[in-house]
Amino acid sequence: MHRFANPAQFNRLADAILPWAIGAMVLLFAAGLYTAFFASPPDYQQGESVRVMYIHAPAAWMAMFIYMVMAVASFTALVWRHPLALLAGRATAPLGAMFTALALLTGMLWGKPMWGTYWVWDGRLTSVLILFFLYLGYMALWQSVEDEEKAGRAASILALVGVVNIPIIKFSVDWWSTLHQPASVIRLDGPTIDGSMLLPLLLMAAAYQAYFIVVFLWRMKLEINRRKLAVARQAMMHAPVGAE
Amino acid sequence: MADFFDMGGYAAFVWAAYGLSAVALVGLALSSRKQLKKSAEDVEAARARRKGGS
Repeated sequence: MHRFANPAQFNRLADAILPWAIGAMVLLFAAGLYTAFFASPPDYQQGESVRVMYIHAPAAWMAMFIYMVMAVASFTALVWRHPLALLAGRATAPLGAMFTALALLTGMLWGKPMWGTYWVWDGRLTSVLILFFLYLGYMALWQSVEDEEKAGRAASILALVGVVNIPIIKFSVDWWSTLHQPASVIRLDGPTIDGSMLLPLLLMAAAYQAYFIVVFLWRMKLEINRRKLAVARQAMMHAPVGAE
Repeated sequence: MADFFDMGGYAAFVWAAYGLSAVALVGLALSSRKQLKKSAEDVEAARARRKGGS
């Protein structure tokens, strides 16, 4: 793993992965959208509104998955002071915040016709809203503290503390059975939904995963450049007068 | 065709959900790309400045 500690090596690895990841992303989105709209039936209770599920559940899975990536990166940054780990945390946060917002918004758009309301303060909805605020808090900490090292530490600690929210999200539907339905795909006894609906769900989830890899690698490269510029600027400021 | 766009009466909700998601995903990807390009140019400029200055 330490081979990738070197930013130049990381950039080379990223450039090797990116064309494949972009190709996979395009194919998966095409297949996912085709099955979501044309090769799957309307639900016997939800009708055509079930098609919102094919982007709602994958967005929610990404919201939690990306949080775990951010937390592992933050842990690595705090314990081993790995410089790329800190940048990885920064690179994931906007992606995580976006998928969390999409999970909430698409859920509301499905909830209105199906539950009769956009929002309830149910365990699942509330804990996902908290997840959204954790991402915003992480990004705000980076912005608000001038010293990059201190900002990174504070943001990483927040990311780690927020991990307690992840099992709360997962089990909220079992602990407080209010409006949000319990899991039907990720369960110990296997999925309980029909194959014709499982396929678009899994394809869209894979497409989102590929999208994450692509944009994450772009943002990692961006963060590495940003870091280089900060170092160059500092060297300039501390250069002796007349050195230019 | 009209049936397809009507989404069994749920058109407003289904298309809004897909539309919002598409705008967000494309938006974040494009802005990440743009920021990356800008940062690469800045790094290049800084490197040229250092070489020219010394």
